[in-house]
Amino acid sequence: MISVSPNNASEKLDLANLTDDQRALEIKNLSLYYGEDRALHDISMSVPKHGVTAFIGPSGCGKSTLLRCINRMNDLVESCKVKGDILLHGKNIYDKGVDVAALRRRIGMVFQRPNPFPKSVYENVVYGLRLQGIKDRRVLDEAVERSLRGAALWDEVKDRLNASAFSLSGGQQQRLVIARSIAIEPEILLLDEPTSALDPISTLTIEELITDLKQKYTVVIVTHNMQQAARVSDQTAFLYMGQLIEYANTDTLFTTPMEKRTEDYITGRYG
Amino acid sequence: MKQWFRTGKPWIWLTAGAVSVSLVAVIGLVLMIGWRGLSFFWPTAIHQMTIETASGETRTLIGEIYDSEEVPIDRVRQSGVEVDASEGELITRYLMKIGNREYVPLDFTWVVEPTIVEDKTPTDMAIIERTKDGNFYGRIIAIEQQGERIAGYEEADFREVLFDRVERAVELHDEGQALQEDEIGRINYQLSELGLEERRLKLEGQLTEQALARLEAERERLQAEYQTLEKALFEIRDRAARDTLIVEDFRGEAVAVPLYRVLDVNFPNDMHLLAKIGHFFQQIGKFVSEPPREANTEGGVFPAIFGTVFMVLLMSVIVTPFGVVAAVYLHEYAGKNPVTKLIRIAVINLAGVPSIVYGVFGLGFFVYMVGGSIDQVFYPEALPNPTFGTPGVLWSAITLAILTLPVVIVSTEEGLARIPSSLREGSLALGATKWETIWRIIVPMASPAIMTGLILAVARAAGEVAPLMLVGVVKSAPMLPVDGNFPYFHLDRKFMHLGFHIYDVGFQSPNVEASRPLVYATSFLLITVIVGLNLTAIGVRNHLREKYRALEQ
Repeated sequence: MISVSPNNASEKLDLANLTDDQRALEIKNLSLYYGEDRALHDISMSVPKHGVTAFIGPSGCGKSTLLRCINRMNDLVESCKVKGDILLHGKNIYDKGVDVAALRRRIGMVFQRPNPFPKSVYENVVYGLRLQGIKDRRVLDEAVERSLRGAALWDEVKDRLNASAFSLSGGQQQRLVIARSIAIEPEILLLDEPTSALDPISTLTIEELITDLKQKYTVVIVTHNMQQAARVSDQTAFLYMGQLIEYANTDTLFTTPMEKRTEDYITGRYG
Repeated sequence: MKQWFRTGKPWIWLTAGAVSVSLVAVIGLVLMIGWRGLSFFWPTAIHQMTIETASGETRTLIGEIYDSEEVPIDRVRQSGVEVDASEGELITRYLMKIGNREYVPLDFTWVVEPTIVEDKTPTDMAIIERTKDGNFYGRIIAIEQQGERIAGYEEADFREVLFDRVERAVELHDEGQALQEDEIGRINYQLSELGLEERRLKLEGQLTEQALARLEAERERLQAEYQTLEKALFEIRDRAARDTLIVEDFRGEAVAVPLYRVLDVNFPNDMHLLAKIGHFFQQIGKFVSEPPREANTEGGVFPAIFGTVFMVLLMSVIVTPFGVVAAVYLHEYAGKNPVTKLIRIAVINLAGVPSIVYGVFGLGFFVYMVGGSIDQVFYPEALPNPTFGTPGVLWSAITLAILTLPVVIVSTEEGLARIPSSLREGSLALGATKWETIWRIIVPMASPAIMTGLILAVARAAGEVAPLMLVGVVKSAPMLPVDGNFPYFHLDRKFMHLGFHIYDVGFQSPNVEASRPLVYATSFLLITVIVGLNLTAIGVRNHLREKYRALEQ
């Protein structure tokens, strides 16, 4: 059995009946089609505020697709069609007239592989702020320090802010990308397998960082690593073949899964 | 044997052979052009030949040997020269540049070897470069100052005196030239501008008494200035006319060569190696920095170099934004449907249209339609003289920009396609719109590919001649497209181009044989200019590549 860290158990939420205050995001009957293929089937769940929610499941189960629905990254895929609602503060983000760029400022995202821009460390962090037209050097400087500290990178790069972002190691680059995302102070941070391209030590650093991040942000993380889900998350959703099989507090899901398929997966029968 | 084929070795040899042949071809081309072009500047000996004519008399020729060839005896006989030789034999004949244009019908002549009685290279033979009538070959025997002999060849310090005088004459010549081109040119330009202003005011019905008075006063001021400058110019000319060289020419007669027409005097037969090397580089320097003289057969090619580089730069400035914007639309915004496909195919095929067609299009559309309209709207005062409605450097640059547009579009699109989608997503996830992502991330990252497109475009444009003959190139342009007169860039002017210069010198000059070395030299220079432009662009590209070194994932 997978051990569940005690701090996760401190606060137990009734995930099926969250109050509006507790809820960061509500997904309602969400289905997604790639052309004729249905990738997500009628998914409904609520993501609580200031917690870490993990999506787990075997490859191709739709966990990344679901994550990318939350900040409408799937819009980029031409044949992709979404049905159902995702409510942010009670408003459907798929409504007509929603400013997608503004939405993505509120829901940040970090990808599998570090993708720093070919700019300096400093310019990477302030990219989102510059987009908003902020030019005041003092504001930018403060944001850089705050974000890099927030991403536990400040001590390592404070002397080379003007160096190319490519000169950092993979783990540092990924934290830089996280710093870049939190520089614009989003409400929700989506992490799409953020450690899959990293070595174990960098992975550990990022995991510690995720635990810190939930103090300020709602974190949703996709991982194929069950131990990681167990270590960092408060709630876990298990997806299989495009369906939400089980969604529960992490310790509950890993210790007493309700569904047979969940149990099979977390005990390593498939996946 | 079969085994050997199966190892693949023959194919390796085949491919390596193909590479070698290409390399040899390229190196051979550069070496041949470089050698023949550069050897033109190496000081060659001046021969004094005594030859026997058909009637048994002898005469003397003085000049440089330009070329030699082996010809069958029959051909020599046909051209009216009697020589002692058996049938079918090959004999050598030399092409000599004998200069002294005012005393001979042609300054080049063929000399058949068996007729040569004596061939010497005396050390006191001089080659005198002149502003008019080409080179003069002969023995300088004296220098006269206002008709009085002040030095003769028998004196020990004759050459020093000679070189001093030549230097003075060249300085005065340059001074006069500068005065004429800069100051007097400026006044002429301002006077013609005044004339245009008067016509403009008249056309607009605003030619009041005051305006007329102001123009008149201005004109008088310029005229006065002109008078003083003209006086200064005449003074310089008078001073320059002081000295004369007395030269013994090939006929043995003493001829007066006025020094104010002399640009340089050299004694190539009396040069040691170092002096020759110095002379060689000096000649190259003159070739690239001086304007041509005497219908492009003498002098340098500076206006052609300037015109080529200026036109290519102007073209780059025009083609890059257009190509990039078009590629961005095609790659990022246009729907993936048959129409886009069709447009893309059309763009690629544009690169295959013969360049002269672009020239015709440029002449018909840009020069006559666009240029003509511009003249009517903005320059009515100059009509019926066209300003932009006539071939010029702007229309040349635009025509070549269209010619090279496909190259830039195709390479930019390839560059855009190579950018990892993760960067795109990273930018979008930070709340950037698609446009912001393209502008801040995609296009900068594609800049090395854009530079590649530009390099190809420059290489093609700099060597293109045919369309330019229709839209702006001339054999000889009196003024550069950039000068000191406001607004400094005169894009309506015609310009000279190295490619056209090669054509002009090689095919349109009075003596095609004689201009061959000049053709090689100009070709070599054209290659050098293109390579120079490309190296600059490649340098920029490598810098950009280093900067945007994509994540090697």
